[in-house]
Amino acid sequence: MALVGPSGAGKTSLLRAIAGLVRPAAGRIVLDGETWFDASARVWRPPEERRVGLVFQEYALFPHMSVRANVAFGGEGRVDELLERFRISALARARPDELSGGERQRVALARALARDPAVLLLDEPLAALDAHTRSAVRAELHELLRELGLPTLVVTHDYEDAAALADEVGVLVDGGLRQLAPPGELVARPADAFVASFTGANLLRGTARRDDGLTLVRLESGDEIYSADELEGPVGVVVYPWEIVVGPAPDGGSALNAIRAEVRSVTRVGSRVRVQLGPLTAELTQASVERLDLVPGRVAVASFKATATRLVSL
Amino acid sequence: MLPVLAIFVHVPPGRLLAQLSNPVVHDALVVTVRTSVVAQALILLLGTPLAYFLATRRFRGRALLITLVELPIVLPPAVAGIGLLVAFGRFGLLGRHFGVWSLVSFNWLAVTFAVLLVAGPFYVRSAISAFEAVDRDLVAAARTLGARPLRTFFRVSLPLARSGLAAGEAVALARGIGEFGATIMFAGSLQGRTQTLSLAVYAEFDRNFNVALAISAVLVLLSVAILLTLKVSALWQPSRQSSPSLFARFGSS
Repeated sequence: MALVGPSGAGKTSLLRAIAGLVRPAAGRIVLDGETWFDASARVWRPPEERRVGLVFQEYALFPHMSVRANVAFGGEGRVDELLERFRISALARARPDELSGGERQRVALARALARDPAVLLLDEPLAALDAHTRSAVRAELHELLRELGLPTLVVTHDYEDAAALADEVGVLVDGGLRQLAPPGELVARPADAFVASFTGANLLRGTARRDDGLTLVRLESGDEIYSADELEGPVGVVVYPWEIVVGPAPDGGSALNAIRAEVRSVTRVGSRVRVQLGPLTAELTQASVERLDLVPGRVAVASFKATATRLVSL
Repeated sequence: MLPVLAIFVHVPPGRLLAQLSNPVVHDALVVTVRTSVVAQALILLLGTPLAYFLATRRFRGRALLITLVELPIVLPPAVAGIGLLVAFGRFGLLGRHFGVWSLVSFNWLAVTFAVLLVAGPFYVRSAISAFEAVDRDLVAAARTLGARPLRTFFRVSLPLARSGLAAGEAVALARGIGEFGATIMFAGSLQGRTQTLSLAVYAEFDRNFNVALAISAVLVLLSVAILLTLKVSALWQPSRQSSPSLFARFGSS
């Protein structure tokens, strides 16, 4: 499970509370029927009596110990097996400051697992890595978490990381949980405008009324679009960048909605290109951008289906 | 540099060396070593937990307590000596009772007390900064990995604070050996009982100047040895934690 939210949402505090590093004012922390903390019953277990594997954001490796000694600090039993498994046997005698970011993370994970934890807590596991090792480490981490089969709580400020690593994603804002659902579900049915924009959607404002079995939304820009969702009054319109078709004219197919606007910017992101078209961001391939000759200043039409147009109340 | 060099060139080295066989020198050396070893052991033993406590806990009155600990650093040593007298002296607050005075009256324990009071704060001040500089996440990580507070202290906090502790101890040791004012007020300057090397320099100054000079030379070499030990041990630090200069720490107290 992953918790995602902007900085200051309380993600790290939550992990620290579970690990026993901070004592919350209220609430309960229970794992497998074992109470670790209960404010009203005055139950408190110190961190060393909670079976947690906490991986810190900056990894918190002991700088005065070798890689092997770091891992052994968590527990002597499976050190060799863990060094082998995380491909750090060759680095066993190295000091943490001689390692790369990815290697440090593997040492931190091995050390946390040496403790034989009942739950694994990862604090921004990818934030300390540079963009270029990040996607490789993300795939590796996902694979590892699946193999381990341990209950795992990942906190991150990056929705894509959360969606890639976890089966369930919770959106945390100002210390409160806004929505908890599988990543697909968050995208399909965002609980509110914040969740929608956090998952990467376009958010437009407008007023909705029912119209012939569909909902007609009059946008602030004056454009009118249809949605299959049933809602009335002031609404947020949620459209994902990958559901927008861009062309010189409205799409001739089943897309009911079309917005004509000027191209504002064209930005390459990995293998995709993000095109800012009026109020909307669309994702296209480089080939399509070239074929349509999309350059800033050119007018184009964004088309999307009414079924891909989600509504949230504002 | 000139005053230090002058000690060695004022009289020929051979004559300087000959003065060292004077029993005053031998007695003063014994008193100094004995009191320094005991006082420094007490400083490390009591000062380290105190510094760790002050560095890691936040409580009401913490700033006041730190200020009290630091006070002897800025206090004139003679005042510290008077303070010791009215506290533990024959007619002092505590000295009157429990036989405290008979225990420390004009013997090496009184010297140890004076050194403890005057030199100890230098170590504690430095140790507080050293423990404060240890990354809190490392301490937290040790706890979540199953280490109790005591194991966390010995395996993580202490090794990481080591260079700062060593620097503080070196200053305290040097300060303790050089201690004069508080010792002469509280313990007197009795040869073979309370007369340390520093006190002997002053006592022999009137009687036999060359002996005073010879003892001074010994003290210079001792100070150089302390300083060199510190510099060399700093070079051997395996971790890359920068060890601040010896005196820089005292600026921001």
